[in-house]
Amino acid sequence: MTTPVIECRNLQKWYSGVHALKSVNLTIHPGETVGLVGDNGAGKSTLIKILSGVHHQDSGEVLIEGRKVELRSPKDAMRHGLETIYQYNSMVPTMSIARNLFIGREPMKWSLFGIGIMDQKRMRAESVQAIADVDLHLRSPDALVGELSGGQRQGVAIARAMHFKSKVLILDEPTNHLSVKETDKVIGFVRGLKAQGLTGIFISHNMQHVFQSCDRIVAMARGEIVFDKPTSETSIDEVHALL
Amino acid sequence: MKRFLKIYLDKPELAGLALLIVLLAVFQVKSNGILLSFENVRGVMGLLPEMALVAIGVTILMICGEFDLSVGSVFALMPMSMAVMLNGGVPFTGAVLLGLLVCAVIGFINGYVTLQFAIPSFITTLGMLFIARSLTIVISGGFPPLLPSDLPTWLFTDYIWQGALFRMSFVWFVGIAALVGAMLSLTNFGNWIRAAGGFNEAAASMGIPVKRVKIACFMLCSVLAGFAGLLQVLRLGSPLPSIGEGLELQAVAAAVIGGTALAGGIGTVFGAIIGTLLIRTIDNGLVLSRVDANWFKFAIGVLTMFAVIANAWMGKLSRKIKVEAHK
Repeated sequence: MTTPVIECRNLQKWYSGVHALKSVNLTIHPGETVGLVGDNGAGKSTLIKILSGVHHQDSGEVLIEGRKVELRSPKDAMRHGLETIYQYNSMVPTMSIARNLFIGREPMKWSLFGIGIMDQKRMRAESVQAIADVDLHLRSPDALVGELSGGQRQGVAIARAMHFKSKVLILDEPTNHLSVKETDKVIGFVRGLKAQGLTGIFISHNMQHVFQSCDRIVAMARGEIVFDKPTSETSIDEVHALL
Repeated sequence: MKRFLKIYLDKPELAGLALLIVLLAVFQVKSNGILLSFENVRGVMGLLPEMALVAIGVTILMICGEFDLSVGSVFALMPMSMAVMLNGGVPFTGAVLLGLLVCAVIGFINGYVTLQFAIPSFITTLGMLFIARSLTIVISGGFPPLLPSDLPTWLFTDYIWQGALFRMSFVWFVGIAALVGAMLSLTNFGNWIRAAGGFNEAAASMGIPVKRVKIACFMLCSVLAGFAGLLQVLRLGSPLPSIGEGLELQAVAAAVIGGTALAGGIGTVFGAIIGTLLIRTIDNGLVLSRVDANWFKFAIGVLTMFAVIANAWMGKLSRKIKVEAHK
């Protein structure tokens, strides 16, 4: 048995009186692509926010590759190899692709106390490579992200996660607001994660999207995990009936 | 050609530059060649650094998504506090550094209050506009204190050499503009400023300390405004409590004319300088062309609106031009 890449033990979270997570246990193994489904308010986002370092659990613990970790900020989560792509897309539209790829993790030529001159040549070269790696073809690393389509933006976000050797990619509703064609593209990216040796957590309330791209389905309701089966042993109807 | 056009459309400050050249030509003719005469350029270049430094600070702050209305008051408060300290026996260097420290503190308060209480910086700095102006008048005691006559004006406002075109303030301005411009385009900190203004949530989710970045911009903006005030007072030789009134809005106008977006994320130091040059040229050109000087604000108003509309239009046009097709 391999060491799980993520293990959540008895995670609990309250939001001003609301019990958002009720003792959640979840184990994810390397290379799995897990679809996390559930209605609004089921606790999906709370769980994801804990894993991405935006919120901190009130009790319980998170283990990454068998070691207990404290995720106090997005930076902590990224340092442990957990990268999150949000539905609103964590890209700055007014900045170039090359600059977006390296926000907060710029390669430096020279720096003092963490501030200094960026190596822009390297940023350009590496972003071209990173984008090609996810099979996305863009005009130039200097193009503004705001000029890309929604699907292309998610592609760049995924390229960014891969470039920084993330272990786990958390996709929070990445297909919202996308056209059918763009959605197919993003689902293609998710399917491609396994080939790149990445673990994926795909959050969506579109069952079709999850069933098309994941090999395990986890469903949440009222702050608890109520369902957990390999995709091959279940059906959309079965999950629907539960929620 | 298409590529060239797109690059041009993506850089609104270049449109400002084109407009500047046109205006220079028009006023040059209307003023019978006085506009670009040595003496006149010399006069304008003496004023330029003061407003340009304020505009640069405001531009940086606008790029990071915030706003500062208090720069005009800080412009007056810094030299006034320095003058009071000088009269109290503090040596010049100490008084200047303490004065700039006062500005940094004001910038910090602006930023901290805005971010901690999640209120619009427009409101915070409107409050600070009144507070800093009031402090200026209170510490002056109602009478502008006299400045000692032995101040090192050679370092700040004297002409670089006898009969030179530029004052020393111009050297400071060029140096500071180059430093701030380099910070914005070459450093990771510049990247964070743009990210914070372009899309705050995205910047925060990538682990950028957004609040600290913004507070640093507020402080930079206030310090630049104070330093600009110091230059003006050393040039005039007397710290009047009323200097800098209305400057905050001219600085915003200069930033916007130079292509800075009010919503944040977009703008350049070069654009701020072009915007300032345009305003100064119009001011000076109208006077030299013997137009009633009261038309000055009218012209700035029209230009500001025109600049924003033109920028939006150029951005739209630019997005339509795809230089190379997608594969």
